[in-house]
Amino acid sequence: MAEEIKIDVTGETCPVPLVEVRKALRKASPGDIVEVTGTHPASKKEIPMVAEAFGLEIIDTEEKDGVWKIKIRR
Amino acid sequence: MTEKTTIIVHSGDMDKIYSALIIGNGALSMGMEASLYFTFWGLERLKKDGLEKGSLSKMNMGGLGKSMIKSRMKQANVASLERLMRDYKELGGKIIACEMTMEIMGVKKEELQEELIDEYGAVGTYIHEARESEINLFI
Repeated sequence: MAEEIKIDVTGETCPVPLVEVRKALRKASPGDIVEVTGTHPASKKEIPMVAEAFGLEIIDTEEKDGVWKIKIRR
Repeated sequence: MTEKTTIIVHSGDMDKIYSALIIGNGALSMGMEASLYFTFWGLERLKKDGLEKGSLSKMNMGGLGKSMIKSRMKQANVASLERLMRDYKELGGKIIACEMTMEIMGVKKEELQEELIDEYGAVGTYIHEARESEINLFI
């Protein structure tokens, strides 16, 4: 069964959102979904670059009132 | 083979230690290996309780500039150097201490945070790391 791992980096700035995504991906098993919520604008752009570096797929991105949510499939 | 980032940390200035650890963490987060080679003034920051002790590289003003920047960093919620170092080690980042600096400055292993250090070495160790690195920086 694929698990959904949620991490919250709201208010955190460079490089913490990337580091926390990397840590979550390390703990996740193939097929699991890592969902990251945050507010740092550059990280919204850069988290997909982390996913790309590992050949992983972004399955959903949304943003509302400066809070974004990105889902990555491990 | 995994790509690698190698950084010589020559400066012990607080802002430059930030640069080194942020880039190191960024590289690890994006799937690279990372190696930080602490030499000269940089090595001072590996001493026990030394990580946060550096002054600001510009406008330090006897520590006044540093405390101003630190309070701005706190407002912006920037992670502490301790946390960045913890994350760096957790993601498998490597720390190398320069043995020649230890000799010149009379620094003993017991004075350093030995639990952070993966290797003690000299220029050969650095070249060995750097020649196979895609990103090489001197800070």
